[in-house]
This record gives sequence, structure tokens and C-alpha cells, in this order.
Amino acid sequence: MISELERREFLKLGLAITGVFAGGTLLSVVSQFDRVFASIDEYKHNYPYKPHYCMVIQQDRCIDCERCKKACAETNHVPEYGYRTTILERYVPDAVGQKREFIPVLCMQCNNPPCVRACPVKATYKDKNNGIVMMNYDKCIGCKTCISACPYNARYFDEERHAVDKCNFCFDTRISKGEKLTACAAICPAGVRIFGDLSNPDDRVFKIVHQLQVPVWVLRPEVGTKPNVFYTKGLKGVV
Amino acid sequence: MANETKRIKPADAFGAVRTIDRRTFGQLIESISDLISGTRFYYLLLGLGILLIYIAAMFGVSAMSRGYREVYGISREIPWGILISTYVFFVVTSTGLCIISSLGHIFGVKQFLPVGNRAVYLAVVLIFAGFSVIFFDIENPFRMAIYNIISPNFTSNIWWMGTLYGAVMFFMWLEFIFLLLHWHRFAIITGLAGLIADIAAISNLGAIFGMLHSKEYWFGPYIPIYFIASAIMSGCAAIIIFTFLGYKINNEQMDRPLESAMQSIAKLAALMIVVLFFFTAWNVLTGLVGGEGKRMAILAMLKGPYAINFYVFEILIGMVIPFVMLLKNRFKDMRVLFTASLLMIVGIFFMRYDLVVVGQIVPVLYELDVKEYSGLLSYRPSIHEIMLCIGGLGIVATAFLIGEKVFKGHKSYVH
Repeated sequence: MISELERREFLKLGLAITGVFAGGTLLSVVSQFDRVFASIDEYKHNYPYKPHYCMVIQQDRCIDCERCKKACAETNHVPEYGYRTTILERYVPDAVGQKREFIPVLCMQCNNPPCVRACPVKATYKDKNNGIVMMNYDKCIGCKTCISACPYNARYFDEERHAVDKCNFCFDTRISKGEKLTACAAICPAGVRIFGDLSNPDDRVFKIVHQLQVPVWVLRPEVGTKPNVFYTKGLKGVV
Repeated sequence: MANETKRIKPADAFGAVRTIDRRTFGQLIESISDLISGTRFYYLLLGLGILLIYIAAMFGVSAMSRGYREVYGISREIPWGILISTYVFFVVTSTGLCIISSLGHIFGVKQFLPVGNRAVYLAVVLIFAGFSVIFFDIENPFRMAIYNIISPNFTSNIWWMGTLYGAVMFFMWLEFIFLLLHWHRFAIITGLAGLIADIAAISNLGAIFGMLHSKEYWFGPYIPIYFIASAIMSGCAAIIIFTFLGYKINNEQMDRPLESAMQSIAKLAALMIVVLFFFTAWNVLTGLVGGEGKRMAILAMLKGPYAINFYVFEILIGMVIPFVMLLKNRFKDMRVLFTASLLMIVGIFFMRYDLVVVGQIVPVLYELDVKEYSGLLSYRPSIHEIMLCIGGLGIVATAFLIGEKVFKGHKSYVH
């Protein structure tokens, strides 16, 4: 006979596979990652950006210490009323064992970014070399359409810059200066944020996104934005 | 003088420029003397309109110096508030007026001719009022003027809308001037260009919302189409209100062709109420069986924080009461037409507000099931935002009052 605890564990597994516990649609268990991160067919085999920057977030390792938020704010001069990255809290009272988890969010650097389409003056654009969704602060007219267009709430109006601001994977402050990691990835004590190049088969992010053992998913895949920020759980010992 | 002007045909119009100059100058002097000779009540209203603009401008300057984040009710999650919905209200009504004016001037439906000039003038005024309101919502409006030209994004609906409404203003002004000069062929050409640009502009305005797939409530082809239908209704209501008030201000009696025009417009308005009722009903019904984001937004209107706005203002005041009033009176009494139109306009204002705000109250990451986004978001317009919207009304009122005197009740139409 199956004990109550075993039954619950089994149900939890079922929920995890269907993505309910993951808070998003799973990719690798159903081998659908191509559909999600590629906006056109050739992306599947040939990444358009070299390097193709992306981030994998190990959701189960985040402890909400918020050092990433602080490091981001200090590195990128983010005002106290705004954020480029934050940590959301999920509380599931019915869950067996651990009932709380934390979900770090930031700009998903979409391959099909709604903000870029919506901006009337090309103040926000997809960088042709590395795929990062960038801001040209001088052009921003402050109509806030990009803020409305973003399915991830990744943008805010920065009064100091007098333009919309967003995460750019620390490109201007770190990556373009030779640093290998974004400020948030570098400071994280739990190794939650794995930053890398999705076009490089030797890079860890490539291996994580292309393996089938543990689930990898993106947020809101139904809007068709093809994000470059991936989420995973239980990665230890796999890649 | 009227006979003399009728003889000037577009073909020899340039040759007649000097004659017209003299005539226009004479008219201008006459108009100014007319403006000065208004009643005390007229000046009271005019003073009130100017005062509203002045107060709103003070609030606008204060908002600019203190920063919109501090003085407006908008937030990161709800970046568009009452200023955007009021802008939409003004420009959609303007499109409606353009359509109404085109029925007579361009499509030759003679019955609508008597309201044509006033409709063209007010269409321009309302776009200007809309631009004035959105000026205080856009953080860097001056940059817009530059980068709209040197860095256009042709996939952006905002770009198309802004550019097309700019073109509409240009064409409608020209049309109005040509109408005053009785250059009818030019008026028709510019009027048609204005109408085409206007329809394109309003559908792009709708598409700004309809093409944002981050917001389930807005996404889809519904809003661009709905905007065109509801523009006709608001245009009808607006022209009835302003024509009625215009005759009150000038203390004149409407002649038979004008009364008949008003009645036809009221009938068109009643028809559009029915059309809009269908739009609203199917929007609600389809939303209820759709995805969670749209369902939540619809429920917020049906039995949530926006229920009063929806039932009382949108349905009762905006549609049911005016429809019953018009039908009961059989479109006869001008005062009933005026009251019903006023109710419609109030209802339409709330329709715009609800469309803009309710579209944003469901958090985009709601389905992540996180503490931060567990319920509906809220927005409350601040005093700065409200005063700026009232300033927009002040602009409309002032320009309308001045227009009635300067253009002598907009009567220079051809029977």
C-alpha cells in the first residue's frame, strides 16, 4: 500500500513535470527548447549572435539574500525606487517539505523583444553582435510603451537618466570592459545565476540548456518572446 | 459678399488671392468686433475656460519640475493612467468629428452639410487638446519631435499614430481654411486626405494596445476596430453638444436643415450605441472564457473595483439611458438630443479610462503565483493628473467659444 507521504511525493513529481511547481513551461523534459528560444528556424542550429549572451537561473538555490540586487544597483547606478533585477517569492502552503522558493527575475533579453518593436524612435534595440536588448538613453522620449509592452515587468522609468532603464547584462559597466560575469552573477554566494555564451558548445549555459536530464524552462513562453534567460532546478551533478 | 465668394472657383483661385485677402481681412476685423461684442455670460464662460487652462498649466509646470514619478499616480506596473485615457478620449472623438464632417463635405450626403464646418474646426481643436494632455505624460516630448523624424521605427504603432495625427492636424487645418475661403475642391481633397490619415491614425492608436501581447486584456484585433466604431458615436455626441451650445451662445434659433442634420446625427448615434453594446457584450463574454489574465480583468469590471465605472457610467449613462431617451423622444427635441449626447460623452470618457487602466491591473507575472503579484494592481489618478485633464477640457471650451464668435457660428456652408 502506498503511504500518504509517498502519494504526496508522487503528486508533487507530477506537478513538477507538468510545470505547475516550476512556475513556467518546461522545455527539456519535453524536448521543446528549440521552439522557445529560437524566433526563426535557423536559430535552432545557428545562433545569430556571437557571443549569444544568456543566463541560466538555478531557482532552487536562491536564498533571497538580495546581494545581486545591491550589486546591480551599485554597478549600474539604479535608483532606490527602481530595479533591473529583483527576487520574487513564491509561497506554497500545500507543498510537502519546503514551502517557499525564490525566483530571481531580470530582463529576459528576448530574441523577439516586444519592447523593441513598440519603441517609436529605436531608443531600445537588439544589439546585432551579442543579442542584448540595449537602451540609448538620449533617444528615449519617455512614452513608456516599452514598459507596457514588456511581459516580464523588466523596465522602469529612471528619473535621473530621464529615460527608461533596464538590465543589459552589465554590458557597459562590466562585460565590455573585459569582465566575464555580470555583477549579479559574480556576487551570488549560491551560484544561482550562470552567465555565459549560448553559441559556444563548451560553455556551461549551452550544456545546461541542451541537456535532457533536468527540466529547463522560460517564463511566459506563450507570448512568443523567446527569452535568453532560462530557469532550472536540481542541476547539481548533472552539468 | 456671399455671392462674390461663390464665384471664386478653385481653378482661378490663385488669381483671386488678392480679392480674397481683402475679403478675409475685412472678415477678420468683423470677427474681432464680433468677439468683443459677446454677452457678459459669454465672457464669463470664456474667462472660466482660460482660467482652467492657466491652472492646469501651473499643475503641468509643477509636475515637470517635481518629476512625474512623484506627482502622478502611475507606477512601473501601471505606466499609463488617466492622461493617456483622456488623450485617447480626445483624439478618438476628434476622429469621430472628422468622419461626421466627411459625410457631408466629401461623401456628398447633403443632410450632414450644416454641421460640417463646426465639426472640422472642433476635430482640430480636440486633437490639439489631446496633444496638450499627452505632452505632460511623455517624459521628453521635445526629443520626440527630433527622433520621430531622424530615428523612426516603422514597426511601432506609436510612431505611426503620432506621425499620422500630425498629418491629420495639418490636413484638417487646411480643409478648414479652404472651407472658409469656399475653395471647395481643395477642401474636399484635403478633407479626404485628413480622413484617410485619421482612420489610419485611430486604428494605429487602437493597435498600440491591441499589439501588446504582454497584456491579455488588450491583445487582439478588437481595439482598433472598436475604436473606429466608438469614434463615430463620440463624434455624433460631440457635434450635437457643441452645435446646441453654439446656438445658445449666439442666441440664435436653429434653421430647419440644421435641425434635420442634428436629428440624423442623433439617429446615427443611437445606431452606434447598439453597435457598441454588441462590442462590449462580446468583449465581456469572450473574455470570460479566455485566459486567466483577461478573465481577471473582465471580472474586475463585472464584480470588482471597476464595477461602478462599468455598470453605472459605461452601460447606464453611456449607452442605455441616452438610447432610451432618444428613442422615447423620437429624436425630436433638441434639448433631449443635447442631454443624451452629454450622457454619452460622460460614458465614453469612462470607457476610455477603463480600457486603459483595466488593461494593466492584472500583473504580467501573475501566473508565476508569487507573493508580489498575487492580486490586482491599483491605480488612482493624482490631483496633478486630474487637473491636466481638466486643462484639456479648458482648451476645448476656450477654443470652441472663440470659434463660435470668430467664425460666426460656423454657418458658411453651401446649401
